[in-house]
Amino acid sequence: MTSTLTPRRPRPPAQPATLRARRLPAYAAPAIAVAALLLATGLVYGAGIGGPVLVVVLGALLYLVGLFVATNAVEGRRSARNRTWSALIHSAFVLAVLPLASVVWTLVSKGSERLDGNFFGTSMNNIGARDANGGAYHAIVGTLEQVGIAALITVPLGVLCAIYVVEYGRGRFAFTIRFFVDVMTGIPSIVTGLFVLAFWVLIVSPWFNDGRPSFSGFAAALALSVLMLPTVVRSTEEMLRLVPAPLREGAYALGVPKWKTILRVVLPTALPGIVTGIMLAIARAAGETAPVLLVAGGGAAINVNPFENNQSSLALFVYQQAGEASKYSPARAWTAALTLVALVLVLTVAAKLLARRNQLGR
Amino acid sequence: MGDTPQRSAHAGTGGTGVATSHEQPAGASARAAERFGNPGRPGGDLGGGGGLPRARAFGAERAFRGLTMAAGTTVLVIIAAIAIFLIAKAVPALRANTESFWTFEGWFPNDDPPKFGIGALAFGTVLSSLLALFMAVPVALGIALYLTHYAPRRLGNGLGFLIDLLAAVPSVVFGLWGRDYFAGPVADLSAWLHTYFGWIPIFGDGPYGSSILLGSVVLAIMVLPIVTSLSREVFRQTPTANEEAALALGATRWEMIRTAVLPYGRPGVIAAVMLGLGRALGETIALALTLGSTYAISFNILASGGNSIAANIANRFAEANDTGRGALIASGLVLFAITLIVNITARAIIYRRREFTESAA
Repeated sequence: MTSTLTPRRPRPPAQPATLRARRLPAYAAPAIAVAALLLATGLVYGAGIGGPVLVVVLGALLYLVGLFVATNAVEGRRSARNRTWSALIHSAFVLAVLPLASVVWTLVSKGSERLDGNFFGTSMNNIGARDANGGAYHAIVGTLEQVGIAALITVPLGVLCAIYVVEYGRGRFAFTIRFFVDVMTGIPSIVTGLFVLAFWVLIVSPWFNDGRPSFSGFAAALALSVLMLPTVVRSTEEMLRLVPAPLREGAYALGVPKWKTILRVVLPTALPGIVTGIMLAIARAAGETAPVLLVAGGGAAINVNPFENNQSSLALFVYQQAGEASKYSPARAWTAALTLVALVLVLTVAAKLLARRNQLGR
Repeated sequence: MGDTPQRSAHAGTGGTGVATSHEQPAGASARAAERFGNPGRPGGDLGGGGGLPRARAFGAERAFRGLTMAAGTTVLVIIAAIAIFLIAKAVPALRANTESFWTFEGWFPNDDPPKFGIGALAFGTVLSSLLALFMAVPVALGIALYLTHYAPRRLGNGLGFLIDLLAAVPSVVFGLWGRDYFAGPVADLSAWLHTYFGWIPIFGDGPYGSSILLGSVVLAIMVLPIVTSLSREVFRQTPTANEEAALALGATRWEMIRTAVLPYGRPGVIAAVMLGLGRALGETIALALTLGSTYAISFNILASGGNSIAANIANRFAEANDTGRGALIASGLVLFAITLIVNITARAIIYRRREFTESAA
């Protein structure tokens, strides 16, 4: 490590004291941060161009610049880039957490206002603009019935479709089905609502209803099942593919026909994963507003029959209350939103926990 | 019983057609070996599975296969039916329209004569979605990188779980939050932007409130979890060997990400962004609650106003008569077409990528 090894150099370069490259001291980053904040405060209030939010934003920008300059001077350009990008990525995380935390906080603080027995025990029937009471009983009934019927339609259809794609389908036709299942995932929920409006409410239902279009909970269930179908098919498909081939081959070797193998061996093995997918699809459907808004009618009274007359749903209830002029309706809307989020999150968390216990795993 | 089981291991990879597998007995593959063993023996065709019972023409196997195939066909039928029924209901309203459907700025389908146009709505849809993506994508990629490459593993998994949960929060909740709580701060921001950056045309004059800016920020917050969780999956699949090779060559962590992670994940990220765009284009309730519902093409994103196809459907449905419904269905058809194009493009990118990774493996 001495200059004798490099005789051709005219002057030996300045050797560092140690083998390690020079590094910024540990206190440098906090020091730069404090300096940036102070500078930002001075700039913002000195020029009178904003408040504390601007101080933080400007401070963060100045911190990034200062960090880059300081690291560039001490550790070199590559390290400076590394540190700056690292700071940017961390701040992206903070930036995203803030609004999401605000949503959760608003939801809980405003939603707990009407969280009482009356809210869950009454409907909005005969509740005027000056009545403080009124609840979401009818909406909860509607949500449960619509989602239940949608699940009854979707689950057999989706699982059979996935079985076809994985076990039987060959060539171009199966590929087409897979491709359009994927494309179907992206169809906007309002379009499925319009589809059921055009197909069921305006064309089919008048046959049963003396020629008048009939808005009903069942129509909403149809729209929701169109939304759920691709999710169920996709998740079932992936689970079926994870079933080990030797299981199938063992069954075939014992002389079990293919359909029985699928029903008795393949499906039970994949069952936890399939149930997870179905629960996620149900959670997503329960939170949908747009299709229900178009085809369910949205009544204010309790209607247990999904095939006749208007029905509401929790998500639709939130939307309706949000649009009402009564001073009591925002509280109702927020409490219904909190109930809806709780329902959806319980389903989602249960599904994810079930997925963790899934033996097939990934 | 007559089906050849050997292909079950390669389910879904294509191969010979369905018909041939039915005609062959189950032991078809054993025949070749037998012939090889006794080359001189005539009538070798009877060996192997030739002794097994023939497949029945109408058995449980056929029935089950037919049932699953019918279920598979339903998907195609539904997609076709969506297009057909929307067109069927839209055409009469379009015929009755007395203005140009593409360029007229206004929505009076219930009047006589009906006048409505989708220009302003489509413009608002695309503008708010693009703005939302413009804000959400860099942040989402940052979070995805943070979760996969910066955060400690346990923390990353926990936060990833949290992000997945946020993707499940219904859109009406975000809409309500945007209207009741977030509108105030955004109005302040709008006033500030107009004061100091008013020379940029998009930061025009007020009144501030339910503006495109508010709508697209809310939209960005909603799209964020989706893009994050998709690109997190992509980044997590980067081959460890590539990352370690980059680090072993002395790359800093950012250089490792730039040279190993980002190029590998690019198609996946593009697809994630396209799927997020599809979601943003079709978002209804959040925008119905946060946009001002006007019918003018304006680049001023600060002033109250703005509209989107989906939000317009939600807002105007209650008052619509027959022609009005038809007009709304016609606008939904346009939305369907736009999202279909975006989604097919995204899926095509993903499928190409899938083939690439399979052939490389």
